[in-house]
Amino acid sequence: MAGETLLKVQGVETYYGNIRALAGVDIEVHKGEIVSLIGANGAGKSTLMMTICGSPQARNGSIVFDGEDITQLPTHLIARRRIAQSPEGRRIFPRMTVYENLQMGAGLDNLKFFNEDIEKIFTLFPRLKERQSQRGGTLSGGEQQMLSIGRALMARPKLLLLDEPSLGLAPLIVKGIFEAIKKLNQEEGLTVFLVEQNAFAALKLSDRAYVMVNGKVTMSGSGRELLANPEVRAAYLEGGRH
Amino acid sequence: MSNPSETGNAGTMGQALKEALFAGVIAFGMFLLFVGIETYQDINNALVWRTRWGLLAIFVIVAAVGRFVTVAFIKPHIDRRKLNKAKSGVLEISDKKSFFHKHFLKIALVLLLIYPFLSLMIVGKQGSLKYVDNFGIQILIYVMLAWGLNIVVGLAGLLDLGYVAFYAVGAYSYALLSSYFGFSFWLLLPMSGILAALWGIILGFPVLRLRGDYLAIVTLAFGEIIRLVLINWTDVTKGTFGISGIAKASFFGIWSFDTGATNNFVKAWGLSASSVYYKIFLFYIILALCMLTAYVTIRLRRMPIGRAWEALREDEIACRSLGINTVTTKLTAFAIGAMFGGFAGSFFATRQGFVSPESFVFLESAVILAIVVLGGMGSLTGIAIAAIVMVGGTEVLREMSFLKVVFGPDFTPELYRMLLFGLAMIIVMLFKPRGFVGSREPTAFLKERRAVSGSFTKEGHG
Repeated sequence: MAGETLLKVQGVETYYGNIRALAGVDIEVHKGEIVSLIGANGAGKSTLMMTICGSPQARNGSIVFDGEDITQLPTHLIARRRIAQSPEGRRIFPRMTVYENLQMGAGLDNLKFFNEDIEKIFTLFPRLKERQSQRGGTLSGGEQQMLSIGRALMARPKLLLLDEPSLGLAPLIVKGIFEAIKKLNQEEGLTVFLVEQNAFAALKLSDRAYVMVNGKVTMSGSGRELLANPEVRAAYLEGGRH
Repeated sequence: MSNPSETGNAGTMGQALKEALFAGVIAFGMFLLFVGIETYQDINNALVWRTRWGLLAIFVIVAAVGRFVTVAFIKPHIDRRKLNKAKSGVLEISDKKSFFHKHFLKIALVLLLIYPFLSLMIVGKQGSLKYVDNFGIQILIYVMLAWGLNIVVGLAGLLDLGYVAFYAVGAYSYALLSSYFGFSFWLLLPMSGILAALWGIILGFPVLRLRGDYLAIVTLAFGEIIRLVLINWTDVTKGTFGISGIAKASFFGIWSFDTGATNNFVKAWGLSASSVYYKIFLFYIILALCMLTAYVTIRLRRMPIGRAWEALREDEIACRSLGINTVTTKLTAFAIGAMFGGFAGSFFATRQGFVSPESFVFLESAVILAIVVLGGMGSLTGIAIAAIVMVGGTEVLREMSFLKVVFGPDFTPELYRMLLFGLAMIIVMLFKPRGFVGSREPTAFLKERRAVSGSFTKEGHG
C-alpha cells in the first residue's frame, strides 16, 4: 500500500503569539494512504492541519508536499497545489446553494472537469443531489459535512485533509461518511489525512495513525496496532465507548 | 380592516390600553426635551427657552393611539391571517407570479426612460425642474452610490462606513481637474472613477486583516480624513468655501449647455430657453451610469470574482482553504465599489456646479449604508426601492404641508427628517429584518430553478 511520500512534516513548531501549539511534529503521509491523527482536545491536531495549509505558518521546521517545500507559501497557493481541506466545523457557505458551494470548490482552473466531477460527488453523496438548489445553511449537520467533503473533492485534490468529519454527528451518519471516505480511497486511490476525536472509528478506517499529546506526536503505528495498544485504549477508546 | 366581533375580546383591549399607556409614557420621556422644549435667541441675542406642551402632547397621543390600534386591531388581524394561511397549508412561496411581478424590471426601466417627458407633459417645464432634478436625479445618485457600496458591503461583506470618501474623491477630481486644466466631463468621468478606485485600493491595503467592527471604525476614520484634507488643504481645494463654477457636461462635445456658447443645445434645436433640457440630459446620464453599475454588478456576480466576494462574505477561512486569494478579492471589491462612488461623485460635481466638504459628511455615508441595509444586502431591486423611499421620502416631506393641520402652523416637516428616517428604519427592520428583498438569488443552477424562500435560511454559521 505504502507508495512514495506525498506529505512530509518535519520538526514543525507553530506558535499562537508566544504560546507554542506544536512542539516539533514529524508526520509522513504516503500516496494512497489513509492516515489519521488522534488526540485529546487542545493537543494541537487542528493546529497541525491549519499549519499544513499555511494559516498560521510554521515558525520552525518544514512541510514538503509532493517534493516541494510549501512551508512559507500563502494559503491560497497551498490550496492550488491540490491540498483540499474540509475544515473543522465544516464551514460551508450558508447562503449559497449546494450547487454553488460545489462550484466554489472547483476553483478557477478546473471548470472543464466540472460536470464530470459534480456527477461523481452526487453519486457518492446522493443526498446532495436531492438538495442541490437548497441553501447550504438549511442542510442538516450530516449533509453539511457531506457538502464540505464534496466541496473539497471538487478541487481534484492529491491530498484530502479532513478536520473532525464526525463532529456533532449521529453515529449512523458518521458511519456513512467514513464509508464514503474508504470508498474514495480504495476506488480512486485518494490520499486522506484525517484528524479525529472519534478515535475508534478513525483507527478502524486508517492504514496508519499518529497520537498527539500536548503538541507532540507520542505514538504512531498502523491503525490496528494502535487499536490494540493498551495505552491508546485507556486514553482514547475505553472512555469514549461508554 | 378587522372583524369587530373577534377583536372585542376584553383581554386584548385591556392589554392594548396598558401598552398604549406605556407607549405614551415612553414617548413623553423621549420627546420631553426633544420636542417639549425649544431654544431660541431673543432680541438681545441671549439663548432662552420656551415650552411647547401642545406639540409634545400631540406626539404622546400619536404614540399612544398608534400603539393601541396596533395591539388591539392590527396584531390580532395579522395573527389570524397567519393562522388561516397555516391552516389552509398555503406557503408564501408560489411559482405563479403576476404579469407585473414577472416583468417588473422591464416596466420600471421603461417608466424611467419616459419619466422626464412624462413630467414635461404633465407639469410643464417649470414644474419638471422639481420632478426631474429633485426627485429623479437626486434619487438616482443615491441608487448609484448604494449599488456601488453594495459591492463592498452587500457582496463582499466588508462593512464600509467611509464610502462617502470615494464620492468626495470623484467629485473633487472632476471639480479640480476641470477648473485647473479645463478637461471635459467625458474625459474626467472615467478618470474620477479610476482615481477613486485607486483610493479604494489605498484604503484596502491597511484594512486587509480587519473584519466587522474594526473594519467599520477604520473606514469611518478614512472618510473623515478625506473630508478634513479637503477642508484644510486650502491652496488646492479652497477649504470650506468649496469650488464653484464647475463646468457643465456637454452633449459629447457636440452641443454645449452653457448659455453663451455658440453650439448651445437650446439654440441649435430652436427651443425656448430653459434649464430643464440640461436637467433632462443629466437625468439620462445618471440613469445610464446606474444601468452600468447594475450591469457590472450582475455580470460580476456570475463570474469567479463575484462568487469569491460572496464566499468571502460567508466564510473567509473556507475561502482560503479553497484557493481563493483573499487579498486580491478584498482589494478588487474595494476598488470596484469605490470606482462607482467616484463616477457618482464626478456626476454630482457637474450637476451641482459646486462642491464643498459639507456635502461629504459622515451622515451621507450613513444614509447610503442605511439604504443598502434596508433594501436587503446584495439585492439591486431592493436597494433601488429603499433609495426611492428614503431619498424620495425626504423630498416628499417638504411637500407635506397638511401635517401642519395636525401639528400646528409652526411645524416644519423637513426638520423631522432624521426622526422619521430612524422611525422608518426601525419599522422596516421589525417587519423585514433582512431588508425589503431579503433573499439571495442564486446565480447557478444545474437543470431547473427552484425557489427557496429566504425565511428558510438561517443566518450565520453552518
